[in-house]
Amino acid sequence: MAERIPNNRVAYGKALVTVGETRPNVVVLEADLGKGTQTVLFRERFPERYFPVGIAEANMMGVAAGLATTGLVPFASTFCVFASMRAVEQFRNSIAYPRLNVKVVATNAGIEIGPDGATHQAIEDIAIMRAIPNVTVLVPSDPVMTMKLIPMVADSVGPVYVRIGRQDTPYIYDEDRLHLEFGKAVLAREGHDVTIIAIGNMVCRSLAAAELLEREGISARVLDMFSIKPLDTAAIVQAARETGCIVTAEDHNVLGGLGGAVAEVLSAEMPVPLVRVGVQDTFAESGDGEEVLRAYGLTAERIAAAARTAMARRNELKRIL
Amino acid sequence: MNHHIQQLETIANELRCLALRAIYLAGSGHPGGSLSAAEIVTALYFSVLNVDPSRPDWPERDRVVLSKGHGCPILYAALAKRGYFPIEELWTLRKLGSRLQGHPDMRKTPGIDATTGSLGQGISVAVGMALGGKFQSKSYRVYAIMGCGEQQEGQVWEAAMSAAHYCLDNLVGIVDYNTLQIDGCNAEIMEIAPLTDKWRAFGWHVIQVDGHDIAALLDAFAGAKNTHGKPTAIIARTIKGKGVSFMEDQVKWHSSVVTKEHFEQAMAELGCDRIFDTELEATHG
Repeated sequence: MAERIPNNRVAYGKALVTVGETRPNVVVLEADLGKGTQTVLFRERFPERYFPVGIAEANMMGVAAGLATTGLVPFASTFCVFASMRAVEQFRNSIAYPRLNVKVVATNAGIEIGPDGATHQAIEDIAIMRAIPNVTVLVPSDPVMTMKLIPMVADSVGPVYVRIGRQDTPYIYDEDRLHLEFGKAVLAREGHDVTIIAIGNMVCRSLAAAELLEREGISARVLDMFSIKPLDTAAIVQAARETGCIVTAEDHNVLGGLGGAVAEVLSAEMPVPLVRVGVQDTFAESGDGEEVLRAYGLTAERIAAAARTAMARRNELKRIL
Repeated sequence: MNHHIQQLETIANELRCLALRAIYLAGSGHPGGSLSAAEIVTALYFSVLNVDPSRPDWPERDRVVLSKGHGCPILYAALAKRGYFPIEELWTLRKLGSRLQGHPDMRKTPGIDATTGSLGQGISVAVGMALGGKFQSKSYRVYAIMGCGEQQEGQVWEAAMSAAHYCLDNLVGIVDYNTLQIDGCNAEIMEIAPLTDKWRAFGWHVIQVDGHDIAALLDAFAGAKNTHGKPTAIIARTIKGKGVSFMEDQVKWHSSVVTKEHFEQAMAELGCDRIFDTELEATHG
């Protein structure tokens, strides 16, 4: 067993190498951030299949599209801010619309990246990418999931956007017991009083919140909604039906991201109280990653508080109705 | 003048007729930039390209990326005349349910190699196709047709840099240099000259030609084929609206509506009536 490094970027780099060993048609494009995204690991192993495009994300999307038309499976990597915003129209028109088999795996998601500040803190990418037809949007939460997900991405057909954080993240899952399917949420913890739906770096914090709640006798379910699109609407509706209230937790703007997506499902199919933990429609700032997360309310304590609020609203509704 | 060139000139004229009729029936579209590219498209599809209309997805085929996607009526006309789809289908251009979208769609139209229309993107896609060909030791060549206004897109130069970096001598970029864009002439909107110097500085072999001189275009494509280690840019000087007197060199014909009067005059100038009779007879057997 190789050493376990608790970081999703490193897991991505390693998974790419694994994928490369058995899939000669996988190639990697990088816009001069390979040391950040960890595609350097692929570069070391398969230099002939690694195509730097320089600091030119728009061109990277087009080149990836062209490569895909020749039967290759290009993985294009850069930071989330650039993949989802600087080059989004290229992604939309050259890749998503013609359903080309390009895998955009972007790292340094959310405000947890810390010191680099708001210019590099992507808090809009999920909202943007999930609004584009034909695109699969995935957010792995731990290295085990990332290692499992990347080969699935390589074998899938069509455009995919994968969002990966920068900071180290604890292991959540057991490799043998984690079953992944696009469009199916992972039940990270069973519970019946409230459901916390989380993604990425907020899954471990949601599990910690569930521990806090348990001490108060509250049983919180935690759903890892790694597949933002296709979204597991059945799991959301079932959670609403069984627990009567929902909390979402994401390192992303609450507008249009996971919170937005869950709100759309609930309002259409099973309206129950929803509290969205996430970036409250504001740019964040520089600082140590953990400090920034705390300053903007992305903590286990805030998720637990949100759960209490959601439950109180549910109980209030019950009284009224 | 040799017979082959004469035949190609006749074809270019036919393609103008077909494209204009399609635009007229659509009620919208881009006549100016379709007409200016007639000889470029003709030279490619009726002389240069190694393609097989019965197998539009043939992996070894040469690729064409119409980076100036709005000029697609002339490309659709060439594809129809080459037999990728029936000539009559041209009359469905831009209509609901048609395979002929307002801008090229590789998933809908047989023979279209890349989805384009957003300027600056096609040349990047062409770079990827050429790179993929090199990587897989394929011998096909890739041709990207760009507009002159399109040269103002920064992505064009990102793509240009990358094509030279990867020594893509299987890639040819053609600039349909008609000097006009929607809002005016290049020089007053945003100067793109000196274009040959720019492409040369980006590491490309550059050939300047009269874009309406088919013999010169064929020479340029041959010159590109004989260029090794770097991509070739063909700067083709053209006239927007070429072939229809009142459209020539007129900014407004970038995308003006073609009325019945315009259409009839254009058809008369191009001698189109005869062409449609033969084309339709041929398609109906």
